[in-house]
Amino acid sequence: MNIKEYIDTANKKALERMASVQPILIDIELEAKNIIPGMDNKTILHAGPPIEWERMCGPTQGAIAGILVYEGLAADLTEGYEIAASGEIKFDCNHDHDTVGPMTGITSPHQPVFVLEDELTGKKAYCTLNEGRGRVLRFGGWNKEVLDRLNWMKSVLAPTLKKAIKHSDGINIKTIIAESLHMGDEGHNRNRSGSYLFLSELTPHMLDTTNNEIAKEVFLFIKKNADIFHLNLSMPHSKLIADAARDIDYCSLVVAMARNGTDIGIQVSSLGREWFTSPASIVEGLYFPGYSEKDACPDLGDSTISEVIGIGGFAMAASPAIVSFVGGSAREATLRTRRMYEISAGTSSIFTIPSLDFKGTPVGIDIRKVVELDETPLINTGIAHKEAGIGQIGAGLTAAPYDMFKDALKAFGAKYL
Amino acid sequence: MKSNMNDLLSEGPKVINIGLRSFYEASETQGIKVVHIDWKPPAQGDIETIKLLDRLL
Repeated sequence: MNIKEYIDTANKKALERMASVQPILIDIELEAKNIIPGMDNKTILHAGPPIEWERMCGPTQGAIAGILVYEGLAADLTEGYEIAASGEIKFDCNHDHDTVGPMTGITSPHQPVFVLEDELTGKKAYCTLNEGRGRVLRFGGWNKEVLDRLNWMKSVLAPTLKKAIKHSDGINIKTIIAESLHMGDEGHNRNRSGSYLFLSELTPHMLDTTNNEIAKEVFLFIKKNADIFHLNLSMPHSKLIADAARDIDYCSLVVAMARNGTDIGIQVSSLGREWFTSPASIVEGLYFPGYSEKDACPDLGDSTISEVIGIGGFAMAASPAIVSFVGGSAREATLRTRRMYEISAGTSSIFTIPSLDFKGTPVGIDIRKVVELDETPLINTGIAHKEAGIGQIGAGLTAAPYDMFKDALKAFGAKYL
Repeated sequence: MKSNMNDLLSEGPKVINIGLRSFYEASETQGIKVVHIDWKPPAQGDIETIKLLDRLL
């Protein structure tokens, strides 16, 4: 075989592996340090490629200072900043610990995390529980309301869901997402149908394992935050699928794409754990009243794992309703999905789009095609304020920067030619 | 040929725009019949990268 045939064979193998993954929600671990590999009481994980404290964006620094209060390591936000800057805390990126997190993606030792397992291989992935909308830690928001909510999530939401999940035989998140794409979601910024499907699976088990008052409280929290709650299940599901394509010799497909508000980075299957990075972009979109692009933090979060496995921005044609949140028109949403077929190695056999005659979504970002066509992955995402403490100020669309794909292609060429 | 030239002058141009979208949009706003073809130079026109892609793609 020549090198092109080796690459095509490797990419086909990657797509087959991704399609075979069955991500099942099997548990909630009430303290992340008990289950996330390499985590201890002084480790804080963040979104995106690795980054040192000094270069972190405002929302990420703010969220770290806040979570140190939650962890009981700081008395207040000021002390949280001091401890974070002192070198006492070890920072690392979620992706290198089998974990993902939306926006700042902060994952701390005593936060509860969803535990998803691939039914076939037993491999696991982790993600914190979603806080909902409004002022929230993941956007760098902080006040008493944020801390109280995080404590309620740990003491009420997580234990209640844990009992219900354990009472079930496990919940297949891939099945939920496939169905939700037929109900108007794209699985990144619109998760309403996914949250409702999750609730319908879980509620009978919740009623069997929890008193009605608590069950109602949890039900109403998820219902109130339905547009976003399921994202924290969709993301570890996508992480398991993407990780199945890792470490395949000659494979030119992206297996991780993530942003930390300063840099955006990708990892490629055959190039190990190396991150290829570019400066993170400002997102064009719809801003909440009183805010504009000049207030925005650059692109942020691990949630672009969605696009890596063919949902989110790659499935916008399935979700005309998303444009009311991120901007644009329904026609443009379809055009954007069509463009993503041009840079993808194949189509999904699981995730399909009704308005395209149930064609599979584009899946498997091929760095060769991205560089040749100068067409980079489309991302739809939330927008955080660039300063800590404020939180979300909008949502919109951006395209991943070109240069990191070109750098990855050069490294690929250096390895195989 | 002469009659075609006369048609052009009397009926106005019909344009196929390749590449820069702003030319397409400017033509369209002036009421000119225009079709846009979305095209960009391969690999942003970088010769070394094009040579690399020739071997890999």
